Amino acid sequence: MNRTVCGGFSGRRFGALVIGRGLAVLAAAALLVPWVQAQGTAGALGGEMAQAWRFLRLEDPAVRYVVWGTLLLGTTCGLLGGFMVVRRMALVGDALSHAVLPGVAVGFLWNMSRDPVAIFVGATIAGLIGTAFVSALTRTTRLKEDAALGLVLASFFAVGLCLLSLIQRLPSAQSAGLSHFLFGQAATIGPEDIRVMAVVAAVVILFVLALYKELVAVAFDAAFARSQGLPAAVVHHAFMFLLAAAVVIALQAVGVVLVSALLVTPAATAYLLTRSLPRLLLYSALLGGAAGLAGAFLSFLGPALPTGPLIVIAASVWFGVAVLFGPREGWCIRLWRRRVGVGRTRRENTLKSMYHVAEVDGFARAGVTLEELAARRRETVEEVRRLGVELRSHGLARLEREVLYFTPEGRRRAGEIVRNHRLWELYLTQSANFAPDHVHDHAENIEHVLGEAVVRELERRLNHARWDPHGRIIPSSSELERPAPLEGGGLR
Amino acid sequence: MTPEWVLPAFDAHAALVAPWTEHRDTFGWVGVMGFCVAAACGLLGNYLLLRRMALMGDAVSHSVLPGLVIAFLVSGGRGTGPMFAGALVAGLVATLIIDLLQSRTPLKQDAAIGIVFSTLFAIGVVLAVAFAGQIDLDPDCVLNGELLFVALEPSVAVGSLTLAPPAVIRMASVLALVIAVIVVGYRALLVSSFDPGIARSAGVHVRGVRLGLMLLLSLVVVSAFEAVGAVLVVAMLILPGATATLITERLPRMHGIAVVHAGASVWLGVGLAVWLDCSLAPAIVVAGAALFVAAWLMGPRGGLLIQLWERNRVQS
Repeated sequence: MNRTVCGGFSGRRFGALVIGRGLAVLAAAALLVPWVQAQGTAGALGGEMAQAWRFLRLEDPAVRYVVWGTLLLGTTCGLLGGFMVVRRMALVGDALSHAVLPGVAVGFLWNMSRDPVAIFVGATIAGLIGTAFVSALTRTTRLKEDAALGLVLASFFAVGLCLLSLIQRLPSAQSAGLSHFLFGQAATIGPEDIRVMAVVAAVVILFVLALYKELVAVAFDAAFARSQGLPAAVVHHAFMFLLAAAVVIALQAVGVVLVSALLVTPAATAYLLTRSLPRLLLYSALLGGAAGLAGAFLSFLGPALPTGPLIVIAASVWFGVAVLFGPREGWCIRLWRRRVGVGRTRRENTLKSMYHVAEVDGFARAGVTLEELAARRRETVEEVRRLGVELRSHGLARLEREVLYFTPEGRRRAGEIVRNHRLWELYLTQSANFAPDHVHDHAENIEHVLGEAVVRELERRLNHARWDPHGRIIPSSSELERPAPLEGGGLR
Repeated sequence: MTPEWVLPAFDAHAALVAPWTEHRDTFGWVGVMGFCVAAACGLLGNYLLLRRMALMGDAVSHSVLPGLVIAFLVSGGRGTGPMFAGALVAGLVATLIIDLLQSRTPLKQDAAIGIVFSTLFAIGVVLAVAFAGQIDLDPDCVLNGELLFVALEPSVAVGSLTLAPPAVIRMASVLALVIAVIVVGYRALLVSSFDPGIARSAGVHVRGVRLGLMLLLSLVVVSAFEAVGAVLVVAMLILPGATATLITERLPRMHGIAVVHAGASVWLGVGLAVWLDCSLAPAIVVAGAALFVAAWLMGPRGGLLIQLWERNRVQS
């Protein structure tokens, strides 16, 4: 781990980085094109390489359909999923996606064919009935939302499975395509499916752009939205309708069981990267589309690899990367912050010890020998030298012939820490009725985190007292501003 | 609808009686197995409902799949022991990851569950397809279960005494374990489910109870998986308890109602499957859901009809 990876860069820069890397990969792939052509016919290449090349050329219409389909559904689901995750409705998508299965079966039975429009209509209606059931159950019974979701999810799914098993036993059923709705097979996407997907994606994007303010108000505070005269119920139902439609277009490629991941995972990833909703929606849509493309590409490499699970795994990989390396809450950056904090505390404590040693003879001498410091800290000279070297590398002290000298910055920092410590001790004894021998440990911890404003307030409340409970001088803030005698030595 | 498919005529005797009399060879053990699955899930599900952990069952049941596939690849066979161990480990890993995501990221439980179960399930499907040559794991069975195969298994015999098929014996012992845990640990389960604070002050190890419950959940889900598949387990876990909450508010009675619900839904579900000639496990769940809807409409405590009637009475 190093500073450039985990240092404090913002979500915006991370987003730029993700997009930048993506473009770089695409550019590298484009550079490979002449090389692959130079290699001659596909026969000369490995089977996977040839498949990858077939995919990247996009000349094959089947490949084009798959690419467009997965891109469209990933983006649509990612965009809507952003709202779901911030509304803590992540599992509503799960219930919805399972609830559409009976609709798929009925849509098929309607004219005994895999007609995209009939299946789309049937599935959307079934999904909406499912979500209506969830809200009716939570309203009229003592069941909690999680129970209602799980109940509707599994019950509707069971009805769907029953109907599917009926269909599969019909003599003339061309039900081959129907089992794809369970696990998804992007290769079955045809031009008509693409048309349905494109319409849904366009409507969703327009809807979000046009009604952004209303959606935000309803998502975060429905009561406020109503009080502002917004048609909260209408907006909510329109959102649920589009959600059902998005789930249904994703079904064929991803399958009933895994559609909900397309709603949750990209949005949760974006949630780790930023706290601004517009950016969250943008990242979520981009990550969803990227997961769709990656899944389609991977499934193209192997024979009969299912697209849906691979899309889900791609999205989960983005998520894992964000959990580990996210710029806000990533585990790497937290570890880094903790290490930085530990190092700073250690340096401040060394400075404080130096101050204590110098204080004994009233800051008469210019430096503090390592031996004195070691005696003070009850450590060996070797250990103290290491601390001194650390201070030197941070520009807080100079180390010359076993003697440590404050730099101006180090002198100021040392004074501040000692001041914080003694102010806090005084505050605890005076205002919180602590015994003077009980305040040291509290002050040890808080001296590193007191901010300027709190220190000013403490000084004001304590009437700019000069002495701490143990009879030692509290360096005052105004004193720390002008050069102290010891600094002369440091500056020469 | 189409002329190709018409609703078969309902023959009450053929659907509801014959499976248990004339065709007992086929449906006898299926019924016992179905009842054991539904009862074990339902009894445990009561506590999941109380703790608002209903969807943990969903997460565990989906994550069982990669465990099964990996155990199969590692052990190289369909031995019960390794498969069971693999699935159990996978279920526990899923609950651990969910807890980790919940406590160490800003995400809430719902998002954590959604991500973990779908990822693990996706890994399981990809592995199962990628190694399809070595694994005869039918994706349909992952969702439908293969309850009917139980009847085809030869029964285990001890000496001259012919016992039940091995799957039934396993499920029955799991059911017995669930009942034993509830009987022995009733007080701890009850208190820690309703009020963790009081439980802690009464000396109950709340986190231990939670961990034990997750362990038991994994065990039940794993054993039920082969019979009813990944998704339907969730219904088995929730439906009996949910039906019971509509009928009574007392926990001991909820247990009884859950068991009755389990038995009734197996009986009606087998009837439905025979009548319509569809898959068994989904039919049992559909029957259970129908029972739930009946309780919802006509339940004595806040059923929809009662609510409607009381509203009318108040208005007049």
